[in-house]
Amino acid sequence: MARILSMKDAINEALDLEMRRDPTVIIMGEDIAGGAGAQGEEDAWGGVLGVTKGLIGKYGAKRVMDTPLSESAYIGAAVGAAACGLRPVAELMFLDFMGVCFDQIFNQAAKFKYMFGGKAQTPVVIRGMVGGGFRAAAQHSQMLTPLFTHIPGLKVVCPSNAYDAKGLLIQSIRDNDPVIFCEHKNLYTHAVDVPAESYTIPFGEAAISREGKSATIVTYGLMVHRALEAAETLAKEKIDVEVIDLRTLSPIDLDTVIESVEKTGRLVAVDEANPRCSIASDVIASVMEHAFKAMKSAPRAVTAPHTPVPFSPTLEDLYIPSAAAIAEAVRGTMK
Amino acid sequence: MSDSQIKMIVMPKWGLSMSEGKVVKWLAKEGAKISVGDELLEVETEKIASAVEATDSGTLRRIVGEVDTVYPVKQLLAVIADDSVSDSEIDAFLASYVPPAVDEEGEAEKDAYEYIDLPIGTVRYAKYGDGGKTLLFIHGFGGDLDNWLFNVNTLAENHTVYAVDLPGHGRSVKSLTDASLAGLSKFVLEFMDALSIDSANLVGHSLGGAIAMKTAITAPKRVKTITLIGSAGLGNEINMGYIDGFIGSESRREIKPFLEELFFDRSLVGRQMIDDILKSKRLDNVTDVLRHLADTVFKGGHQAEKLGDAAAASGVPILAIHGTDDHIIPAAHTETLKGKASVHVMGDAGHMVQMEKSKETNKLISDHIH
Amino acid sequence: MSNNPFPLPKEKLLEAYTKMKTIREFEERLHVEFAKGDIPGFVHLYAGEEASGTGIMMHLEDKDRIASTHRGHGHCIAKGVDVNGMMAEIYGKVTGSCRGKGGSMHIADLSKGMMGANGILGAGAPLICGAALASKYRGDGGVGITFFGDGASNQGTVLESMNLAAVWNLPVIFVVENNGYAESTSIDYAVAVDSYIDRAAGFGIPGVTVDGTDFFAVHEAAGEIIKRAREGGGPAFLECKMVRFFGHFEGDAQTYRAKGENEENRANKDCIKIFRKRVGGAGVISDAEFEKIDKAVMHTIEESVQRAKKDPLPSAKELLTDVYVSY
Repeated sequence: MARILSMKDAINEALDLEMRRDPTVIIMGEDIAGGAGAQGEEDAWGGVLGVTKGLIGKYGAKRVMDTPLSESAYIGAAVGAAACGLRPVAELMFLDFMGVCFDQIFNQAAKFKYMFGGKAQTPVVIRGMVGGGFRAAAQHSQMLTPLFTHIPGLKVVCPSNAYDAKGLLIQSIRDNDPVIFCEHKNLYTHAVDVPAESYTIPFGEAAISREGKSATIVTYGLMVHRALEAAETLAKEKIDVEVIDLRTLSPIDLDTVIESVEKTGRLVAVDEANPRCSIASDVIASVMEHAFKAMKSAPRAVTAPHTPVPFSPTLEDLYIPSAAAIAEAVRGTMK
Repeated sequence: MSDSQIKMIVMPKWGLSMSEGKVVKWLAKEGAKISVGDELLEVETEKIASAVEATDSGTLRRIVGEVDTVYPVKQLLAVIADDSVSDSEIDAFLASYVPPAVDEEGEAEKDAYEYIDLPIGTVRYAKYGDGGKTLLFIHGFGGDLDNWLFNVNTLAENHTVYAVDLPGHGRSVKSLTDASLAGLSKFVLEFMDALSIDSANLVGHSLGGAIAMKTAITAPKRVKTITLIGSAGLGNEINMGYIDGFIGSESRREIKPFLEELFFDRSLVGRQMIDDILKSKRLDNVTDVLRHLADTVFKGGHQAEKLGDAAAASGVPILAIHGTDDHIIPAAHTETLKGKASVHVMGDAGHMVQMEKSKETNKLISDHIH
Repeated sequence: MSNNPFPLPKEKLLEAYTKMKTIREFEERLHVEFAKGDIPGFVHLYAGEEASGTGIMMHLEDKDRIASTHRGHGHCIAKGVDVNGMMAEIYGKVTGSCRGKGGSMHIADLSKGMMGANGILGAGAPLICGAALASKYRGDGGVGITFFGDGASNQGTVLESMNLAAVWNLPVIFVVENNGYAESTSIDYAVAVDSYIDRAAGFGIPGVTVDGTDFFAVHEAAGEIIKRAREGGGPAFLECKMVRFFGHFEGDAQTYRAKGENEENRANKDCIKIFRKRVGGAGVISDAEFEKIDKAVMHTIEESVQRAKKDPLPSAKELLTDVYVSY
């Protein structure tokens, strides 16, 4: 009796279990209940894609708070409440909206502990959608993980499947540091076996999604699936690819990456983000620094181009790294 | 047509979650004479690597499973046939071979894990086979029912086999109020009650062996035989470094050296095995339950109960199997059973002797049970 | 004390005076020490504004939280943060409130309900909404006070927070400390409305404007709105009109000011002089008592400076501690 759950449901379950376990956990965001103050149902939406559906019925409006469309105020309020003993999970619907509230994230939440000499903790989780493929255009489709990863004091999580999403979200809520929890909107319906119980996955431990000997692909989020697809293609060509799913970008598990590259001698870093100062470029730089001698060929990066995310499906499909592009990059390292 | 004389060697299915395996190397060459039990090839799954043994005799006529290639479970890898079968018949057979629709079947079999509500909470188990004799497999400390992946399917060919996750383990309830052997034995009997198993052949590994003995002592009528594999409950020592390390490890890197202590062949500890164990350990309360269990059954760094004599006195026939290189519980502990039980200490095997010497173990169990 | 005409008993008046005087001496001394070049970075002094922070903080307990500004020393002292720790922090010493990692603009002591001075204008307003939400959630009766200047009053964070506090009916007091200048830019130029009360009304929040150089005016107005907030009456807005004795930061030539403006402020708008004149004039606190406090305060500040100068600097290992992730 495998228990197949979508990533959306796994995230909902993680929130549910933690709210049940810990009364200091509250959630807030735009329409996360949906319909607050309106004539119809209070639980009308459960978030724009229904991720938090049903929680207000279990925990009430005191713990499941619809907010005004006012990201700076409520993200800041979540940060302030975290510094005062609650464990808020604030939904920033699309992480692209960080632009209007970034000060509260990077100048406030991220810095409290260091700036106050270790005397503050800020256990806030800011979760939201990332990534393309939804035909949502330039301001609702970005992979902004590198921006968050750049900031010391923030932890950055981007799961590739429902099992990891549940364990990493529970870990995020229990963690005493601010966590940016990136949910790829195209993985919400992706389903795998998920235990009903609560469990945690520690930060800074990459998963080896596929073992292989010929080349290492390092990636995260939706791109894990593209990389695995590429690996299947390459297996038919006798190229045995190892796929590493970073799972958390900050902290990052460079040990697993370096161990793998020391075995394979070849590296392809795949990132749905734009190329400059990306996770891909960071991984490649770190590997070059620590495992240069193991390299049998030059590493390659497969990323989105240095453009905004286009709207038209034909263009967006070109924008997001494809399994074919990843496979071609791996072939390139084999020459 | 002599199809019936052409025997297929297929990708085996070890455990419920195995859906595919990789051919690592062929141990027998085309044209070799094969007897039942000969090791034909080495197969690696995400969990573990092992040899595939011949179940038919004849000549290894054709190898179709390529090295370093992954095949779904039940996919044809080679054919064995008598020399009387012509090459053209073999060719015809291969040409007409249709691979099984493994995906659907695999998914369906995944669902063979079952759950049942007991007084202690929800318990996971698996049932394999039907008819014949009834066996119940009880795993050890920190294990789960998949520890039996090389045993249950073979034995289920002729018997009804159950394997259960103890409380606090696998996917069973993560609480354990009475962590003593008596409490765990009571759990086993409750499980048997719930499934209307009047009596069974109990096969216990490590701590599971001690539980099997306790059950034989307290309820001999419900226990036909017991098989003790790398069993606890026979002597004083227990490798507490392993126990504490297993409980305390939080990452792949930390736990790997401890898991390697379980095996004679340390390379058997693969990435998937480690990931599966961590998946279980990371469930809420598991660490607490394991600590509580260790503090009870291995109180003060020693085994709390020695049950060999009492188990023998219960009249329930005992088979004991141990690896010479068991680093968790010394093989010398089995000496206490000499003369009272059938004792087999095997070389080139560690604590997980049922995995490392699955063929011998399965044969011994098969011969032992009633 | 039958002849005390003030709404506070004598010991509270002594406490208020001591706080204001401590703030003043702290800032005057920093003005001197900064000029010597011993203090790294930059400092923004609160001198002249003491009646605002003190008048409000006299109503607060440790469970009540404040979010301060870049000009935060006065708020810290009024909220009970240790003066030695503050001075050491400003000198960048490991004994500082933040182990030398925050500096003048980031002094915080969460155990005292001081959620930090803040280098980002208006950033404290959302944070204090969160603090107030936590108090409301727990039902502990705590309130949150966010301070900002007339400059930061134009920040979107402040305006968004006013709406959020009103929508969620949070126990938050928005305090604009209006000293007339956003750095060098006059309020007449930068704030579109004539009255902050009108702006507050736009968010459905009651507002009140007081003379921020008058401790008693601040104390009375703050008392009412804080009590209302504690009792679930929701947020309020308080404008304290005041003067800033020094420039925006130390080293500011203040050429934007009118001729004689600073002298006029010192002579006629000094909140401490005004307090002393009223309380002394009423015969509640004698000159000798005031002078005794002055002497004690001078001693406190002198000692804090001497200690701060002698205290050790952070060791190199401090660079990598107190941060969640280090590579």
